[in-house]
Amino acid sequence: MAVISGPRQAIAVASALGLVLTAAACGGGGDDDNAAATGDCSVYDAYKHEGTEVSMYASIRDTEADLLEQSWAEFTECTGITIKYEGSGEFEAQLQVRVDGGNAPDIAFIPQPGLIARFAEAGKLKAVGAETKTMAEANYSADWLKYATVGGQLYGAPFGSNVKSFVWYSPKTFTEKGYKVPTTWDELIALSDQIAAAGEKPWCAGIESGDATGWPATDWIEDLMLRTQTPEVYDQWVNHEIPFNDPKVAEAVDKAGSILKNDKYVNGGFGDSKSISTTAFQEGGLPILEGKCALHRQASFYANQWPEGTKVAEDGDVYAFYFPAVDAAGGKPILGAGEFTVAFTDRPEVQAVQTYLASGEHANARGKLGNWVSANKKLDINNVQNPIDKLSVGILQDSTTVFRFDGSDLMPASVGAGTFWKGMVDWINGKDTASTLTYIEGSWPK
Amino acid sequence: MNFDLADHADKFLMLGGGLIAFVVLVGGLLLVLDVIPTKLAERRTVRLAAAVEAGTPIKAGRSREGWLALGFLLPAVLLLAIGLIFPAIRTTLLSFRNKDSSEWAGFDNYTWMFAQPDIRQVLFNTLIWVLVVPTLATAIGLLYAIMVDKARGEAVAKALIFLPMAISFVGASIIWKFVYAYRSGDQEQIGLLNQIVVWLGGEPQQWLLEQGYKLNTLLLIVILIWIQAGFAMVILSAAIKAIPAEIVEAARIDGTNAWQMFWRVTLPAIRPAVIVVVITITIGTLKVFDIVRTMTNGNYETSVIANEMYNQSFRYGETGHGSALAVFLFVLVIPIVIFQIRNIRKQRSEA
Repeated sequence: MAVISGPRQAIAVASALGLVLTAAACGGGGDDDNAAATGDCSVYDAYKHEGTEVSMYASIRDTEADLLEQSWAEFTECTGITIKYEGSGEFEAQLQVRVDGGNAPDIAFIPQPGLIARFAEAGKLKAVGAETKTMAEANYSADWLKYATVGGQLYGAPFGSNVKSFVWYSPKTFTEKGYKVPTTWDELIALSDQIAAAGEKPWCAGIESGDATGWPATDWIEDLMLRTQTPEVYDQWVNHEIPFNDPKVAEAVDKAGSILKNDKYVNGGFGDSKSISTTAFQEGGLPILEGKCALHRQASFYANQWPEGTKVAEDGDVYAFYFPAVDAAGGKPILGAGEFTVAFTDRPEVQAVQTYLASGEHANARGKLGNWVSANKKLDINNVQNPIDKLSVGILQDSTTVFRFDGSDLMPASVGAGTFWKGMVDWINGKDTASTLTYIEGSWPK
Repeated sequence: MNFDLADHADKFLMLGGGLIAFVVLVGGLLLVLDVIPTKLAERRTVRLAAAVEAGTPIKAGRSREGWLALGFLLPAVLLLAIGLIFPAIRTTLLSFRNKDSSEWAGFDNYTWMFAQPDIRQVLFNTLIWVLVVPTLATAIGLLYAIMVDKARGEAVAKALIFLPMAISFVGASIIWKFVYAYRSGDQEQIGLLNQIVVWLGGEPQQWLLEQGYKLNTLLLIVILIWIQAGFAMVILSAAIKAIPAEIVEAARIDGTNAWQMFWRVTLPAIRPAVIVVVITITIGTLKVFDIVRTMTNGNYETSVIANEMYNQSFRYGETGHGSALAVFLFVLVIPIVIFQIRNIRKQRSEA
């Protein structure tokens, strides 16, 4: 290769240095200008640990992370505990690396109970302190706590959550065309047929999500497991007490296939059913706005994907309805997920932060800032901002709801974040149900 | 974002400290490299002069230089040990342990590798990559080098094919993602390839989903060839230019045609360069990761060893499986490295 002349080389070095400098400068960036409203500090007396620091690591980034930091600003000011928060897009892989390297954060928000179990069994996690335990038990249902319990020990308190059993639609289009929001499975299929008969594709979906491609399809399967089987069978499936290729699972997958692999139904705005696997999950529901698609099954957090200016409300541009049960007699099954605050150290200030994050005070403080759903019982629904979040919190707090955690997050990672995702991509791509399920069953770690 | 310098004082301090440490280190090294040998040489001259004057036999000053050489080698050896040898040994050990490395697992991880149909698929894909990329990239690079040699606008033509080398694999993959992008027939195409198909009156295709004849893997391979052909071209072009003009002239006088010229003169003359290019590209291809991860993340049966290794180790928590794949990759690279070393030795002895 040619040798670069002197001055040019100097410029290259200078610009490289400049890059380093800017990178260093960009590294920080808390928002100090968002000082908390001067509230009453006495609420936080129990948590005081002047001059201490707690490091925190999670997958939450950008605006969501800013809102988080705002939510505990008053707490940090009053207690003297500095929270050093860091969000990463490669959280799951990096956390493992950091823990192995002896550089674990004090607290992490882990969204996969399977991962919590892995760290707990490896002896890396600290079981929660007595105060956190009392707080978590007071504010969260046993259904939720069991997902962070390993070997009888509670390892974390639930934190934020989301409800996945939603179908997004456009209230505006529904009114224009005279469609009714379906409340049973049969009504949902009847509506789909009605739209398909008019020559339009009723459903749209997208499961491309970088190295997590396939997860939205696993949510479909989980939702249909809860709708075609009892919650008990769902638990057996998730815990591998029945094989992955059990006929009951095949029934659920085929039911999902009756929509996802039906070229009359999908994929509105994108193409045939195979286009689901290459459509980004973020874009999956957007054709609803252009009237090219009517229904999109996706979690509550899809509210953030609509373009700016889209009104998300019952009388707005888009909204969601509950993904109806096949058999109404079985109650109202809900698929959801959420993070858990787990700790790798047990210094008093770390436990104080962990306890505070499980409290009603924090849930409400965070709720008021918007974009937040939690199963925390103390969360006042009036403090929840968006209509869709209110709907979610309402469902989570409803006592008739049968809640189940996202199954792929509970399975061993090599299945739940590996072959299950991959298998669903192949399935969408034309592979039949039986061989897909046999493939996943074969990959289950022995 | 408002930027307060005072907030980041500690970072700048650290940066300053780092720069100072760098200067001290480099300065120190230069001192050692330059001043000490000079001093030693001076002393030796003095000693030699004294010895000559006194008429005593001259003693060899080897041991001191040996120590000096060791001093220079030590940092490199240390870094190699920490960064390469230790991890290699540890990975090999881990490949015989279970998923969380808590128990010995014998050859389980290796049997798993060859028993799982999708992992066999991964191995097969890697084989396709290794066979196709070095061959085609070198062939295209060579052909191009010969065609543009001494042609008008040679520099521009070379720059054109060399430019992709400057793009990162991830960047190149994103560019090609747009080339292969799919929109259904009733919509405007955003992918170059599908637009061409539509212009020719065809139906847009989901290129990356087409597993027949391994089409999607081959389409990914095109990206690496696009990147590597430039490298092959530059090295081979330099080699062609280094062929002594007399040989070419002699061949011309003997009346060779272009075909004979290529097979009998050019190729034998640049053979060492061709071997270096093929080997370098082969090793690079064995390690290919970024392209697959960015384009498909190994879905649609396009995964390769490096991608699967990363997934198993870091995403699925299957350290044993991941390590076994890493060791297998290592074993595949070894013969190529040995061949290369032998080749270099042979050339040296010939020279």
